[in-house]
Amino acid sequence: MQKEMAYSFPDEVLKHVFTFIQSDEDRNAVSLVCKSWYEIERWCRRKVFIGNCYAVSPRMVIRRFPEVRSIELKGKPHFADFNLVPDGWGGYVLQWIAEMAGAYPWLGEIRLKRMVVTDESLELIAKSFKNFKVLVLFSCEGFSTDGLAAIAASCKNLRELDLRESEVDDLSGHWLAHFPETCTSLVSLNISCLGSDEVSFSALERLVDRCPNLRSLQLNRGVTLDKIANILRRAPQLVDFGTGNYAAELQPDVFSNLAGAFSSCKELKSLSGFWDVVPAYLPALYSICPRLTSLNLSYATIQSPDLIKLVSHCPRLQRLLVLDYVEDSGLEELASSCKDLQELRVFPSDPFGAEPNVSLTEQGLVAVSLGCPKLQSVLYFCRRMSNAALVTIAQNCPNLTCFRLCIIEPKTADYLTLEPLDAGFGAIVEHCKDLRRLSLSGLLTDHVFEYIGTYGKKLEMLSVAFAGDSDLGLHHVLSGCESLRKLEIRDCPFGDKALLANAAKLETMRSLWMSSCAVSFGACKLLGQKMPKLNVEVIDETEPPDSRPESYPVDKLYIYRSVAGPRFDMPPFVWSMDEAVKILH
Amino acid sequence: ILTAKDFPSVVSHRTKNGGPSVSVSGTKRAAESVSHEGGSPTGVSGSSQVVGWPPIRAYRMNSLVNQAKSQRADEGDSGIGEKDKPKDGLKKKLNYNGNKISSTTTVNEKGHLGFVKVNMDGIPIGRKVDLNAHSCYQSLAQALEDMFLRSTNSVGAEKEQLTKASKLLDGSSEFVLTYEDKEGDWMLVGDVPWRMFVSSVRRLRIMRTSEANGLGIHKKSMANHSCFSFSVSESCYSFVAAPRFHDSNERQRSKPI
Repeated sequence: MQKEMAYSFPDEVLKHVFTFIQSDEDRNAVSLVCKSWYEIERWCRRKVFIGNCYAVSPRMVIRRFPEVRSIELKGKPHFADFNLVPDGWGGYVLQWIAEMAGAYPWLGEIRLKRMVVTDESLELIAKSFKNFKVLVLFSCEGFSTDGLAAIAASCKNLRELDLRESEVDDLSGHWLAHFPETCTSLVSLNISCLGSDEVSFSALERLVDRCPNLRSLQLNRGVTLDKIANILRRAPQLVDFGTGNYAAELQPDVFSNLAGAFSSCKELKSLSGFWDVVPAYLPALYSICPRLTSLNLSYATIQSPDLIKLVSHCPRLQRLLVLDYVEDSGLEELASSCKDLQELRVFPSDPFGAEPNVSLTEQGLVAVSLGCPKLQSVLYFCRRMSNAALVTIAQNCPNLTCFRLCIIEPKTADYLTLEPLDAGFGAIVEHCKDLRRLSLSGLLTDHVFEYIGTYGKKLEMLSVAFAGDSDLGLHHVLSGCESLRKLEIRDCPFGDKALLANAAKLETMRSLWMSSCAVSFGACKLLGQKMPKLNVEVIDETEPPDSRPESYPVDKLYIYRSVAGPRFDMPPFVWSMDEAVKILH
Repeated sequence: ILTAKDFPSVVSHRTKNGGPSVSVSGTKRAAESVSHEGGSPTGVSGSSQVVGWPPIRAYRMNSLVNQAKSQRADEGDSGIGEKDKPKDGLKKKLNYNGNKISSTTTVNEKGHLGFVKVNMDGIPIGRKVDLNAHSCYQSLAQALEDMFLRSTNSVGAEKEQLTKASKLLDGSSEFVLTYEDKEGDWMLVGDVPWRMFVSSVRRLRIMRTSEANGLGIHKKSMANHSCFSFSVSESCYSFVAAPRFHDSNERQRSKPI
């Protein structure tokens, strides 16, 4: 015992040291050193991130970490974004809030993604946490402006209210007026999802006026262009601003007022919003363009010449989101003007059109890869691709960490050689050794998965659609990708063999989604039986899977590791393959 | 050359409503059977028919749709195949090539591509139904009955065919189907021509008949209303032909097959 004491520090010292350790990975490592470190660490962990709200229960989290001040939770699978997860699937936050209300009176931050948040939940947050500071609802749904009013009214020191891309039932624009006059603490406010519905603009103006620390403000579409100047003049310290509607009849005094207001914002680095843009008003931005590092024009239906003009004024741009109106010519301009570019996202303006409506091809992306050596993250929608282009991109940008390519028509071959795009994507995984996220599209055989399994050692998330020939494809990925956490697959001929052969792998991942594939009900049951640490859930909206033969493929399958056992909030169209649950069902 | 058609088994179609795929633009496209242009390797565009593809978030889709809506409103009511019309430096018109988004797609108040919320009295969890997947009241009511009124444990025998009149619509059930329109009023479903309904509906509610008194048209007259005496051979499959109660002035929006 004496010897041990000579080598160990008092708990307080260790605790103090641990406060400098912020990352979850490091904290997890620290907690594994020895029992006493585990104990000390768990009492001083202040932030918890839960990537799948069903992987663990609120009670378990509270039991292990009694002093949490900040929590982040994610609910629905990623494919819920594309309507593949039926409504009512789950991801309800209420239970979490209810339990934390009792256990964490000092909880100050709640960040949620893809969860169902009711007004009841919001009201509970408002009245349970006296020190509440940050609420981020990313892509959430289930609440209305009534819930927001409760938050506004009760949270005296609210710093952040961010509703990005959430679905809010807009009952009244007056919820904003519920922020008391004493609230001066806002740093970030994102109400861009509130669409064309009006918020009480005078309440917004007064709020902005009295919050000198406001750094980030994203208005909703309902705020018209003429009002922007008013807001900006009250908040010249803004770093990040999202306009509302950016359209109005061109009037010189409105223009000069707007230009003046923008130029007074010396710290402004990031712009977004830009619904319904009138190009003639874009020059009002020119004074701040040289400082801009991030520009989101992905809702702006402006054509290439106007985009080119704007982008050429922004040499420091690091992040650009834009519609395919930018065209190859616009991307070529981007490549020559913006050498600091790290992230590019190009969205389709006409995703369902049979014919291309703009001249955007693989050439645009190749140009950017050539001109922007710091490129790390790509999301690109286009209608044609070639292996040659992909190989060039891979060789030009070995530092890519995220590559998501969506060729709009499923199973589109290399337009030059008519071959599958295996070699192209193979080059991407081979050259980009730090690639963490990859989304595939186009005509692909099992070969592409062989490349991915061989080279994708750092790959954490893979999205696959309409690809592959056989189970071998899936097997390559599950057996080769050592860092894989999330795998989502739709419409691929992958069946039971690869899944069952790699069952143990699934416990090392966060989740696996497979829809419209060939996995049989029997295999799902077997997995559920053999792997108690996995929740195997079958989703079928038409009829119960056991009303058909066992060899019949299931419609949708969601498998995730969990220490909480099967969940209790499954709707009628979700079946758990857990043995215990089945007996009761 | 491989096209989507060579892999019929893996491309998923929306066939949830007990009948063949009746999604409007998708079927149109297949029937048009676009002749292969030059060396186009992709052939017929199948992507418009596939759920969740291309993978664009609902949030973004709404914006695209709302842009189309507001621009249509600007230019007055328009048919398919708009040409670009520069308008005094204001936003350029988007040429949608007559696809799903601009002309035939339902957009409710929130701009969701056809999805409207449905709640049923007594059931806490609401659902969403895609109005674009239906072309008549019968099909919609069938889908809703499948969703809410059928116990998921009952099998086979309960699967009603479209030949049977939906209980929700003929007033024989203890529930009626109602909807909230753009003005915020609650109406009985079935009063107006289908397309008019689709463009004004905000959300649906399956309401207890006892609570539905005083709503819109009286229950009794609903049963006699001509729109419920159609048989299978009508509207559901011939979505191009105007159902007989259709307002004759309403412009024909669909392209003929």
